[in-house]
Amino acid sequence: MRRGLLLLTVLGIAACGSPGPAEQSRPPAVLRWGGDAEGGAPFVEADPGNPAKVRGFDVDLVEAIANGLGRRAQFTQVAWASIEQSVARGDFDVGMSGLEDRAELRARFAVSLPYYEFREVLAVRPADSLRVRSLADLAGKRVATLGSTMAYRLLLEAQQQHRVVPVSYDDDVHPYTDLLEGRVDAVLLDHVIAERALRRTPGFIIQPAVVARGHYVAVFPHERAALRDSADAVLIARMRDGTLATIFRSWGVWDDEQATYQRQLLARVDSAGGVVDTTSHEAAATSVLAYAPSLLRAAAITLGISVAAMVLAVLLGGAIAAGRIYGNALARGLLTTYVEVVRGTPVLLQLFVLYYGLSAFVKLPALLAAILGLGLNYAAYESEIYRSALQAVPRLQLEAARTLGLSEWQVFRLVRGPQAFRLALAPMTNDFVALLKDSSLVSVITVVELTKQTAIYATNVGSWLVPGLLCATLYLVLSLPLSRLARRLEARWHV
Amino acid sequence: MSDAAPVLQIDRLRLSRIDSGKPRDVLRDICLTLPAGRICALMGVSGAGKSTVLRAVVALEAFDHGMIVVDGVSLHAGPVPREALLRDFRGKVGMVFQQHALFPHLTVRENVTLALIHAAGVSTHQADQTAESLLQSLGVAHRSAAYPTQISGGEAQRVAIARALALDPPLLLMDEPTAALDPARRSALAETLRALAAAGRTLLITTHDIEFAKAAADEVAIMAHGEIVEQGPARRVLEAPAHEATRALLRHERE
Repeated sequence: MRRGLLLLTVLGIAACGSPGPAEQSRPPAVLRWGGDAEGGAPFVEADPGNPAKVRGFDVDLVEAIANGLGRRAQFTQVAWASIEQSVARGDFDVGMSGLEDRAELRARFAVSLPYYEFREVLAVRPADSLRVRSLADLAGKRVATLGSTMAYRLLLEAQQQHRVVPVSYDDDVHPYTDLLEGRVDAVLLDHVIAERALRRTPGFIIQPAVVARGHYVAVFPHERAALRDSADAVLIARMRDGTLATIFRSWGVWDDEQATYQRQLLARVDSAGGVVDTTSHEAAATSVLAYAPSLLRAAAITLGISVAAMVLAVLLGGAIAAGRIYGNALARGLLTTYVEVVRGTPVLLQLFVLYYGLSAFVKLPALLAAILGLGLNYAAYESEIYRSALQAVPRLQLEAARTLGLSEWQVFRLVRGPQAFRLALAPMTNDFVALLKDSSLVSVITVVELTKQTAIYATNVGSWLVPGLLCATLYLVLSLPLSRLARRLEARWHV
Repeated sequence: MSDAAPVLQIDRLRLSRIDSGKPRDVLRDICLTLPAGRICALMGVSGAGKSTVLRAVVALEAFDHGMIVVDGVSLHAGPVPREALLRDFRGKVGMVFQQHALFPHLTVRENVTLALIHAAGVSTHQADQTAESLLQSLGVAHRSAAYPTQISGGEAQRVAIARALALDPPLLLMDEPTAALDPARRSALAETLRALAAAGRTLLITTHDIEFAKAAADEVAIMAHGEIVEQGPARRVLEAPAHEATRALLRHERE
């Protein structure tokens, strides 16, 4: 049945080549496609010779498809984790960037032939190469991978079975550098990524045992199944004439296993009614309940990081404010510089520097780096609030306290500080709510907090609606009591 | 001069400030000596330097020349010493500010006990008792649990007096205590101050109010342009002024 459909579409394409009478409206001359060029080699990456262009085997593939369809490929940059959402929105005709075939994807999209078979492989430090051969050897150990991937789901399963500790990254470079630095004990990722990482940063071993196999696919909007079928026809033709093998070979991702896979795939296409679906349909429909525990745990992490960072910010901010008011010229200068530098640079950059930039000198655990990064950043903002609040306490109050025989420190502790704190309370509450939400940034240094967990959940179920609402509710549950408490304290103090 | 050592002795106090580029004399050779139990009213038009004298005596304002001795503890010319060096001095002088300057985050009782607990190291229990009896004697004991924003201006003044007296200083300074009081309350205040003086306390008060000065003060010192121009028993100075500045003040206040 499928084959017949393919044949029809192939004929349709042939017809497109020379304008026929059946043609009502010309198909657009471009094939818009989306992928992620950020660290996307060898799939999609910015061309070093011309950074305005992209290159990679997915680029060559999509150009081959566009050619076959009589169109010109036009690239749109989109973050890898958002490609599917962008396809669903209709931002472009096809998403292609090492996207992994899976049952949920097929339920929501028109998915192409699985054009490449990848192998999930473990990378370990040379010293561990004999001891660590499978996930079962990694009980209690930290294993890195990209978030929202098949490898991440494998690690979550291994967490249940073997007590492996999954560590999620947003890019495929830092898992390997962190492996070499000892922050993680293994990396589980696609062999394509692992082999490229090995060329870039030698020093680790890729274990030959295959942990799992998966397939890359191109993703089309659900209602564009016809376009998908046309593209499949082109893919099949290019597989048969060896073009695909040439492309893969030129990017160094062709091997015997791939050749075997292509032969089997073509055989399945040829067998009558062969629906090419490499995913198992056993994956149960994922319900809200299934994700509730992980969302709650992530909310606890968000709350924990925020509270710890805020405590640090309040203590340090108070010290900075006091130093800028009571300190000598040198202390004032240093503290002012700190505040200006920290306020004037993005907190995202500060987190990167703290976690990756300083890793040559001090290897901070991710959670500690997250608390430190947010705390040090917010301390600068808190110090400005306290400084202005301290300066807003009338001089007469301080003089009255001095005439009573209180020492400078007692004047600060008993009169100036408490009055300033009341003035600072409203802006502080505001900052704490902001911090609660800014804590979502720490996902860039591998901490899975509420927003990151929601993104993982949303990617898996293919919709942001329910996860988004749940996530928003959890943030509100965390922040509303805080605002209430602040209002009650203010009401009590402004008697 | 009485036989006993004076409680307050101000000796040739001089202070000048740079005012729009030129030095201006704020205080010129102020001399004032008060024995125990004496109430002195410092009078003069605004800007005469009355409040500056009070601020110098309570060690909030530096002076260029001269000396201040309170109950045997002296303050010298030069910058105001650090609080650590003023320990002995602070217990000697209480100050009631014109705006009272009560601590808004503390209750009436806590305003009074603050110095007792933290400066004098008295136990909380004992400080509470002292505060209660002080507030009682000033007629505001029923407000001891209230916050400063919840009480009237007259009550706030009495609380401020109680706070200034907490450490039992021999000298009490009051800056313009009648400024916000109606006539009935002024005479009540005069009575209160007389009672304090009768108990041996020395008071130095700045005021514009001639009737109040007559009712409350033993003696007055008239200031003009940073100088004390006339000084003597309150009734004599205010009923038979010798100096032109005193007459000008009397004319001004009657209008």
